[in-house]
Amino acid sequence: MRYAMKKFSNIYIFSFASIMVIVVAAVLSVAALILQPLQERNVAIEKMRNILSSIQVQSTAADAQEKYNQYIVETFVINSEGEKIEGFDAFTIDMRAEMRKPLEERHLPVFVGMKNDGRKIIVPLHGKGLWGPIYGYLALEEDMKTIYGVNFGHDKETPGLGAEISESWFQEPFAGKSIFDESGRFTSIEVERGGAEPGDPHAVDAISGGTITSKGLESMLYDCLLSYESYFKKEGI
Amino acid sequence: MKSDRESLFSARNMKLLTNPLNDENPITVQVLGICSALAITVKLEPSIVMAISVIAVLSIANVIISLLRKMIPPRIRIIVQLVVIASLVILVDQILKAFAYEVSKQLSVFVGLIITNCIIMGRLEAFAMGNRPWPAFLDGVGNAAGYGLILVIVGFFRELLGSGEVFGYPVLEKIGLYRIGYEDNGLMILPPMALIIVGIIIWVQRAKNTKLIEEN
Repeated sequence: MRYAMKKFSNIYIFSFASIMVIVVAAVLSVAALILQPLQERNVAIEKMRNILSSIQVQSTAADAQEKYNQYIVETFVINSEGEKIEGFDAFTIDMRAEMRKPLEERHLPVFVGMKNDGRKIIVPLHGKGLWGPIYGYLALEEDMKTIYGVNFGHDKETPGLGAEISESWFQEPFAGKSIFDESGRFTSIEVERGGAEPGDPHAVDAISGGTITSKGLESMLYDCLLSYESYFKKEGI
Repeated sequence: MKSDRESLFSARNMKLLTNPLNDENPITVQVLGICSALAITVKLEPSIVMAISVIAVLSIANVIISLLRKMIPPRIRIIVQLVVIASLVILVDQILKAFAYEVSKQLSVFVGLIITNCIIMGRLEAFAMGNRPWPAFLDGVGNAAGYGLILVIVGFFRELLGSGEVFGYPVLEKIGLYRIGYEDNGLMILPPMALIIVGIIIWVQRAKNTKLIEEN
């Protein structure tokens, strides 16, 4: 070997390794500290874009903040009884962590969007897909029954199969569906394998080949919306 | 040591840069780095970002290792190489998350997996450990560019034939192919087609470059 001529003592090897580790740690920590604000900003902007997308406002990274301020008129946090609780910022609440808590202890964020045809109530969703988490936002009309729009995202569902939940063909049919039946019972939305019956107000088509993601999405809708049930019933028309 | 001084862009140095693009291409000739070539080439943009990231990591890592080559104890040299690569990859990942968030989401775990890309460790061990920084830099850029070139070619065809777009611009729709009954090939989106395209590139390359054809 061309380079292995020199003999190195054990002390040299240990010192070399130690110094290397310290230098690397310093460089990486400094980089992480400097870049962190920018990264958090990107995550926040993406969250705003997803919220806006559920009330069918398309935005770009550049105008997300502006449009968010324009369309989202109110945010607050409620508990599972549907009572408002003070002292929390709805935007920074992590729905994933909340869904792990028992129902009574959850802090549930609510975003209120204002469009030309009225107020829209937006709630966050978080659940499990096939390979990883799936999440999203669901916007209800002012009656707190009828879905106005949805936005779903995922981390690593299969492209072309489960990943289709973030496509518009899957999301659009949710609009106009109802999460309560006529008698006021909570039904959530079923994601029907083999296709929903035409005109069924509580079901949409599942994704062929994406059954587990579809079922995961169905339970995500059920679990998350169930936490808000009291609130919807209390405030709904 | 001064006797072997040569100009920065001597023929020998330029060969370090150009050889990996064709005769010694890491993907089509050495068949390394295939995993990421399949995973992130669905669209052109992530392919280009991945290519740039690998060029940055490999050229800088090569220079660092080359500068340290006389100080690195041979017994822990692989660990040292890994630490250098891993740190650079983490830096690239952080920078992408800060400045190119959308792309970094598409590349997701594959930025981190640059660490395990055998092209990089291969070049550090085979070249940077025994050469001066400048040739090591050229070797790094050359090999990463040879890798990136294939990514970009594959990414271009997969995006064009799979989604009918180039850089997200709907080319095929604009020239009206869909109106005469053309449909996108969904298989192009899936990893197997990347392998087939790489295979076709290897075929075309060997047809043109007969040096590469093995005898027997």
